[in-house]
Amino acid sequence: MIHAILVFNSHGRPRLARFYQRLPEEAQQQIIRETFQLVLKRDDSICNFLECGSLLGGSDYKLIYRHYATLYFVFCVDSSESELGILDLIQVFVETLDKCFENVCELDLIFHVDKVHYILQEVVMGGMVLETNMNEIVAQIDAQSKLEKSEGGLSAAPARAVSAVKNINLPELPRNINIGDINIKVPSLSPFV
Amino acid sequence: MSDVVERTLSALPGLLGQHEPGAGPGGPGRASATSRLGGLIRSITALSSKHEEEKLIQQELTNLKATVSAPATTLRLMKECMVRLIYCEMLGYESSFGYIHAIKLAQQGNLLEKRVGYLAVSLFLHENHELLLLLVNTVVKDLQSTNLVEVCMALTVVSQIFPREMIPAVLPLIEDKLQHSKEIIRRKAVQALYKFYLIAPNQVQHIHDKFRKALCDRDVGVMAASLHIYLQMIKENSSGYKDLTESFVTILKQVVGGKLPIDFNYHSVPAPWLQIQLLRILGLLGKDDPRTSELMYDVLDESLRRAEINHNITYAILFECVQTIYTIHPKPDLLEKAAKCIGKFVLSPKINLKYLGLKALTYVIQQDPNLALQHQMTIIECLDHPDPIIKRETLELLYRITNGQNVTVIVQKMLDYLKQSKEEYTIINLVSKIAELAEKYAPANEWFIQTMNAVFSIGGDVMHPDIPNNFLRLLAEGFDDEKEDEQLRLYAVQSYLGLLEEEDAIYPQKFLQVMSWVLGEYSYLINHEGDPEVIMTRLHKLLKKTFVTSETKAWIMAAITKIASLNRGSKTIDKLIQEFSTSLDTCMRQYAFELKHLCEDKDLMKNLLPRDASCNDMVVDASLSFLDGFVAEGLSRGAAPYKPHHQRQEEKLSQEKALNFEPYGLSLSSSMSSSGFTGRQSPTGLSLGSDMSGNSTEMGQKEMSSLKLDGVKKLWGKDGYLPKKESKTGKEDKLEAVPPGSTLGGNMVDHPLSEADQEVVSPSEEEKEKQRLASTLFVGLASDSAVSLMGKADTTTQKFKRKSKISETQNSEEAPSIQHDATLSFRPLPEAQSNDNENIQSTEHVRLRKSSLSSSEVLEASISFKRPQSLTEARLDAKLPDYRLSPSSLFADNNIEVFQPSQVIPSVVASKASLIPSLSEELANNPHSEAVELCSCDTLAVNLCKVWTDDCLLLVLFVANRSSSALKNVNLVFENSEHFKIVEGLSYHFPVIKAQSLESCQKSVQMEKNCMQEILVGSLNYHLEMETGLEFSVTLSLTDFIRPMKITTEDFGKLWLSFSNDVKQNVKMSPSQGSLSIALNTLQQKLKLHVVDIVGNEGLVACQLLPSVPCLLHCRTHAGMLALWLRSPCSALPDSLLYQCQKVMEET
Repeated sequence: MIHAILVFNSHGRPRLARFYQRLPEEAQQQIIRETFQLVLKRDDSICNFLECGSLLGGSDYKLIYRHYATLYFVFCVDSSESELGILDLIQVFVETLDKCFENVCELDLIFHVDKVHYILQEVVMGGMVLETNMNEIVAQIDAQSKLEKSEGGLSAAPARAVSAVKNINLPELPRNINIGDINIKVPSLSPFV
Repeated sequence: MSDVVERTLSALPGLLGQHEPGAGPGGPGRASATSRLGGLIRSITALSSKHEEEKLIQQELTNLKATVSAPATTLRLMKECMVRLIYCEMLGYESSFGYIHAIKLAQQGNLLEKRVGYLAVSLFLHENHELLLLLVNTVVKDLQSTNLVEVCMALTVVSQIFPREMIPAVLPLIEDKLQHSKEIIRRKAVQALYKFYLIAPNQVQHIHDKFRKALCDRDVGVMAASLHIYLQMIKENSSGYKDLTESFVTILKQVVGGKLPIDFNYHSVPAPWLQIQLLRILGLLGKDDPRTSELMYDVLDESLRRAEINHNITYAILFECVQTIYTIHPKPDLLEKAAKCIGKFVLSPKINLKYLGLKALTYVIQQDPNLALQHQMTIIECLDHPDPIIKRETLELLYRITNGQNVTVIVQKMLDYLKQSKEEYTIINLVSKIAELAEKYAPANEWFIQTMNAVFSIGGDVMHPDIPNNFLRLLAEGFDDEKEDEQLRLYAVQSYLGLLEEEDAIYPQKFLQVMSWVLGEYSYLINHEGDPEVIMTRLHKLLKKTFVTSETKAWIMAAITKIASLNRGSKTIDKLIQEFSTSLDTCMRQYAFELKHLCEDKDLMKNLLPRDASCNDMVVDASLSFLDGFVAEGLSRGAAPYKPHHQRQEEKLSQEKALNFEPYGLSLSSSMSSSGFTGRQSPTGLSLGSDMSGNSTEMGQKEMSSLKLDGVKKLWGKDGYLPKKESKTGKEDKLEAVPPGSTLGGNMVDHPLSEADQEVVSPSEEEKEKQRLASTLFVGLASDSAVSLMGKADTTTQKFKRKSKISETQNSEEAPSIQHDATLSFRPLPEAQSNDNENIQSTEHVRLRKSSLSSSEVLEASISFKRPQSLTEARLDAKLPDYRLSPSSLFADNNIEVFQPSQVIPSVVASKASLIPSLSEELANNPHSEAVELCSCDTLAVNLCKVWTDDCLLLVLFVANRSSSALKNVNLVFENSEHFKIVEGLSYHFPVIKAQSLESCQKSVQMEKNCMQEILVGSLNYHLEMETGLEFSVTLSLTDFIRPMKITTEDFGKLWLSFSNDVKQNVKMSPSQGSLSIALNTLQQKLKLHVVDIVGNEGLVACQLLPSVPCLLHCRTHAGMLALWLRSPCSALPDSLLYQCQKVMEET
């Protein structure tokens, strides 16, 4: 079972926190902080699995994480999950985000906390993997966004703002850093295999 | 990188502003809300300190609070607020004010708003949150909706978070959804059922066939979802699902063979997660089962073969395959292939795969140690890998292959790793592994001690407490070879002395404790070469170090005391006593005084601290019953019984209101008692013996000393030595038993002291009024009986004195025998028996210890339950004459009953044709309740009647068939409850219930675990056209299990002294129950108690909790209050019963 899914940036600022077991608020923050400390220490050349001790309660819990550009995606799982399987599940989740947001970046996660949660709900439900087929997930999300469109650009405003931000060439920045850099370019960024 | 983000963010408000006009028909409220979220995020990003962030968010939350609670807030705006609340919660700021609004939003909003509402609910609340109940209706409504999206949302929220007790409300709806035409709905329904299975397996027990249907679903997604349930169920009980093996194998074969739609491919691997899941299930099914394993060899072989493509996910499948192959019954050629696979992992340059390879090696190493040899070079490389996780895993692997030859190297590697690691979890984990290995494989004494030293220094105070305990136990109990043991101990002593020599070294507390215990226990071994004075000086130095905690100091003091007992006077000891007698630390002062007193009496000290006797078993009389004689004597001389502090305080206060003659005395007393021991007399006034006693009544004696001005003063001054001497003799058995230096001893001394402090304090100028009250409180209670529990004190001082002398002599003869009998008959456990049978016991224990080092506790426990039956019975017979028990007394069979389940009552009673429930004649003679309807439907009705028989609670259930056709196979099942035990088993089967007739069944219930009131849940299942279940619940309270206990006043007195758990409380009496006898009558009727005796304003009441736990009550009326004092051998019972009494008194 998956016990928690955390996304934070390289400053340790949480971008998504979803716990599948009952934990008090302070404990959750503590977990986010400590997980960040654990993950931050590790450079990209070493393995993506971590033992987290009794951080979340169980003794056999593992942290499985991936690092994309500015963001860390961390799944805390128990021994009933396959490590490599989860590692690829993270990939699926991120690729799905990428499809849904069209070049996903940290800003999307900030401004669309709710939408990210909806996408996550289609992948992992109540701590169990529900769907791993990306097209299926995207189809579900699309069905939901159709509703939104009929509501009339409700969340379209920030979406447009973000995409505007993305497309602006900020003059003081060299062109190559541009926004492309904060994108999570998934296809080119698979860190291994 | 973050610069970029921040800069972009700072450009954001402008952008948002730009887009606002074009934002469509949203209206100003919405636009401002969105930009506020943007603004919030932007300003948070700009902040530099946590403090500023806090301020900002608090501000934001205040705004949000105002917005969400404003009635004019539209749902649309509410939705925006929810998103912002989610954001704040994610940052760790509580926003509980919004929870209810999230639920409202889910209830009332349109689709989009509902979605946010549900999301917020599932993020904010947890399963036991009370607000969650409010969501149930919404969920039910949405599940019935025709809109697929609504159904989906409801199913999602149910599978994330749902209150356990409300499952029945939605279960049928979700079952329906399993037949839904849409695949996604079916899948989510299965997921929801999985959730239910996790939180309440009983509730979904009847739909297991539906799980099977889901497993055979035409859609792969639904089938995959059902595997979650199966994995869980098979994990819990693999034998029940062996028949499904073939289905799982077939599914896997199809998946591996690429029969699934191409959609399910991931990097051209067919449904990898599904494969992983199936492989796990197969592993569980085939474990230790050759026949089932046979079925899966082929498909495993194929999986291995197919997983050739070099992608991460294929490795995931391979790994799972390997694990399954090694879990199930082995097949040589498969094992060979799997081993090759492991090689691929281990040798892979990819670090994740290497990690998993090591993990797989660790897993298989016990079956195939050769594999480790093949990869030994890789393993050694991994030991120096820069990634600590890899290193850890390698050490784990090494731990599994440790043997007598390689232990030194492996332990050295582990210690090296530990020295670098700072993670507490790693330290705890690794340290216990080292300790285990060292114990198992130690090649030499020196090595063992040194390794353990390292363990203690590194593990310090985070390690598991079992490690030092086991180590000390090993030292103390030794092995078979006495000489070897001696050498080990000697080496330990030498090594610790060496360590303590270093002046500035700081050791963890646990290590110091171990050192001091060993030095205290075994330093005599080096006496011929070393001076005990040196050892004591070193320990003495430690005592003065600031980093040593007071717990450790207690250990050190114990060690010093032990060493002192083996040597004639020493300068260090004298110095130490002098130094700490004036210490500000009360505990240290206490130890110093003990040491001083012991040094004065060398014989006692020798007796108390025998050399090398740590393995001898001790008997601790936790109830301090050896003091009962002393207490009884005090009471018979008219001393007031002990009252807890709060009660005395209360009484003082109530008196203050009525008559306050001496305000100064009162304030003095309270200020003194609150200031603790500052005002108390010098501790020398307390002998070791009386300090040790924790007996409550003895405290009463002390308090009495201040209550009774003249008389008691003298008693303390002159006669004060008398009880002390007596208590000392009683004490010696116990002191002997206390192991030298055990902390227990220290604590026992320590704890009562603080209590005593408070007791002794009461000033001598106690109010006269109070004195009179105290003396009249217990007037006339069996004034001439030595066993009178409260004594009597209304007479003059002279009388008191004379009488006390008489009873004193009586008591000194009688008390010991009473004591022994009481403990014997009431404590089936040998620990509580007095030293009469100590010898038998200890020999037995020793033998046990020797035979099994590790499991001795378990054995002891089991033996202690078997043995006493005969032992105590025999003793009882022998002692019965002095006991003078009345024949009807319930104690005699008390012990016996504890071990035998109460007789089984035939469960069936003849049925009757009438539908009106009525009890059979023999049952109706017992007190019983009215028949109450528990549940009913068109066809059936269940009625219940409680019958309170002498030895149990009978539940008589009447099942009436209201329909016109006979019902067959009606099953009545109770759910298992931790509090109750149903003697005849949980279920009852009615083969047939005729039309319009009534059947009954009887169940006798026993209380297993003490509780006030608990619910026993059950259900009735029958088959009529379709399977139908009726649920019902029965509320059982403590009073259902209380029965009167008929004993005499005299027995009451004896029993009273033998019980250690007591509780006191004053209960208000309404004017209507003005007199004691009325109040007691009420109790007798309502709670089924037995009134033993009423004398004046005091009453004695006795009862027992079935099967046979007695509880005694002493009641006294005083100023409109009923003072209840309960005692029982069971600790929870007095509290529970007191509560019931209070309830009864309030009700009437």
